[in-house]
Amino acid sequence: MIRLEGVTKHYGGCRVLGPVSLEVSEHQTLALVGSSGSGKSTLLRAVIGLVKPDQGSVEVAGERVTPATVQGLRRRIGYVIQHGGLFPHLTAKDNATLMARNLGWARARVEARFDELSTLVQLRAAVLGRYPSELSGGEQQRVSLVRALFLDPDVLLLDEPLGALDVLVRSELQEELRALFRALCKTVLFVTHDLAEAAFVADDIAVMRAGQVVQRGSIEVLAARPADDFVARFVRAQRSLVVSEGARP
Amino acid sequence: MRRAGPRVFAAGLAAVLWTGGAQATETVTVGSKAFPESWVLGEAVAVLAREAGADARHRQNLGATEITYAALSSGAIDVYPEYTGTIREVLLKGAHADSLGAMREALARSGVGMSEPLGFDDAYGLATRAAAPATAGLRTLSDLARAPELRVGFTHEFMGRADGYPGLAARYGLSLRDVRGVQHELAVEALARGGLDVIDVYTTDAQIDRLGLRVLDDDRGFFPRYEAVLLYRAELPERAPRAFAAAMRLVGHVDENAIRRANARVAIDGASVHDAAVALCHDALGVDPADVAPAPSVASDIARNAARHMELVGVALLLSLLLGLPLGIAAARSRLLGFLATSFAGVLQTIPSLALLALLVPLSGIGARSALVALVLYGLLPIVRGTQVGLTTIPAAITESAEALGLSSSARLWRVMLPIASPQVLSGARTSAVIGVGTATLAALIGAEGLGGPILQGIALRNTGLVMQGAVPAALLALAVDAGFAGLSRVVVPRGLRAAGGPAQ
Repeated sequence: MIRLEGVTKHYGGCRVLGPVSLEVSEHQTLALVGSSGSGKSTLLRAVIGLVKPDQGSVEVAGERVTPATVQGLRRRIGYVIQHGGLFPHLTAKDNATLMARNLGWARARVEARFDELSTLVQLRAAVLGRYPSELSGGEQQRVSLVRALFLDPDVLLLDEPLGALDVLVRSELQEELRALFRALCKTVLFVTHDLAEAAFVADDIAVMRAGQVVQRGSIEVLAARPADDFVARFVRAQRSLVVSEGARP
Repeated sequence: MRRAGPRVFAAGLAAVLWTGGAQATETVTVGSKAFPESWVLGEAVAVLAREAGADARHRQNLGATEITYAALSSGAIDVYPEYTGTIREVLLKGAHADSLGAMREALARSGVGMSEPLGFDDAYGLATRAAAPATAGLRTLSDLARAPELRVGFTHEFMGRADGYPGLAARYGLSLRDVRGVQHELAVEALARGGLDVIDVYTTDAQIDRLGLRVLDDDRGFFPRYEAVLLYRAELPERAPRAFAAAMRLVGHVDENAIRRANARVAIDGASVHDAAVALCHDALGVDPADVAPAPSVASDIARNAARHMELVGVALLLSLLLGLPLGIAAARSRLLGFLATSFAGVLQTIPSLALLALLVPLSGIGARSALVALVLYGLLPIVRGTQVGLTTIPAAITESAEALGLSSSARLWRVMLPIASPQVLSGARTSAVIGVGTATLAALIGAEGLGGPILQGIALRNTGLVMQGAVPAALLALAVDAGFAGLSRVVVPRGLRAAGGPAQ
């Protein structure tokens, strides 16, 4: 459902990505982990066309991402970033429903879809009329998630969605996200720098370093047979307590 | 032709209604040039036309000869006072129209009529102080030729004009030893205090009576005649016969004493132009001041000027927005366009407003149109800048989120970018409007109506009260506009942006 082949990207003569080939099949959740600057976000942004690869091709839902197809494809992709990227001039509800309203959905359909999703992500009714600056970090991410899911996309891209949240909200949302991914059967690409989080929400993990995927597999495989010293150190750096809990099926 | 009956009837009815309407409301717009004598004569025409039942308006102080004549040609005004010397030297330059008949003929070709002389001659003359011992014996310019030792102060224009000092010296064989170039008001003061013996004056100058000056007799007929006449649009006698006839009552009835007294009332006694005109009509024509419709009150004058002022500023602001928003958007999208747009608007801003107005007159004529163009150009920069800054300072997370949603580029602009940039766009518009209120006062220089009118007249008359009638409302308007925009931003700017104090995140 998501396929990258030989994708590279340079910024100012410096290679930040690739060559990378990666495939996420339908209904699979793949977590991309790695240290800062390893190219995780760049890879994600290449999928949704915010970054144009220098070489290689990106396919989403069987269609190649090109300037001609990108706008249509984006409507089949939900995208959530660290701080939500909510529009400051719109209320929570208007943020979530903007795209559907812009596509001319009937009011009743918009309302029904919004009710359905806000129940799903447990968005409190009290916050629907608030502006992003009046929401907590967790609430912002829930609104952002509703916005991303609104058009019922095939693919969900999440770029450190929980990175800015405090630990309790974060663990609560981790559980919700895991349940959500399983319930919705979406193809999910989830970027995080936290291996424990990756292991908790995804079955499959790809470790990135210096713009390339160095190993892909379940947390057990990564822990038992690290491909190289970097992966071994990356796995060891996580607290064992969290790793073992995350590893439980 | 068989079915012509109803149509003929309808046309006849329309004709009756039209002529009936025209008779009931003869309207005439009087103009005047940029000095008090012209204002008084123009106001006198308006007073007489009103007395004859016409709806007369006086657009006072339009500007220099060219501007006022252009207003007559374009139909902005119907009639204004002019001088034969000016008609010959300026309006019909090169046409060799020396006699009144020749001038009338030449003007008629442009659709302009000229009245017979009003009765006074506003020519150059040389004046001495009658009481001063050194010049007590001087009566004529020939006498002056015999007194080369006198201290003489001439205006720079008089020293330069062929019909001024050079020609005069040649005609009378003057060999004055002590001639210096002095500004007119200073020369008058110097003459009054005894620092000068002879100066040049206009023969209807109000100072002549006040200071007891004696205008030396031009015994060899050197100075060309500047006889006052009325210029009018050729169709005026037909279109507004009663108003026209009323204006023509001035012909042959305004002598030099009468106009000098009228000038003195305005320039020395500080009387209003209207009151001086009423007094002139009384002096010259025996019109009873009690019969004259009262002048519009100061308050209604101010209100009308303020309304026209705001109209000008409002329309200009709207056009600036229509032009500045796309420029600002283009500037935000491309660095090159941004550079070009802000440089263009920036350069416009540095042109002194006076020069910009002067440059525009040949392009878009005199009056409100040129003023509007100037105001629109001046208003551009703050709006272009505001839009550009507003759009380019939106955080990347927001612009990318809008892109990632799959919104089209126009939807991104209208539903996300511009609303988020609205506080900066609005503050640009606010600056633009406040600048506009101030700059619009200068529009009076090229004949546009507004609060600049009383300011310019007040400066010409050194009448602070009159200046205040324009300056104070203009200042208050600027404050009101500023406050209005503050209020508007509370309505236009989305609450989410205000709560965050700008695009946060």
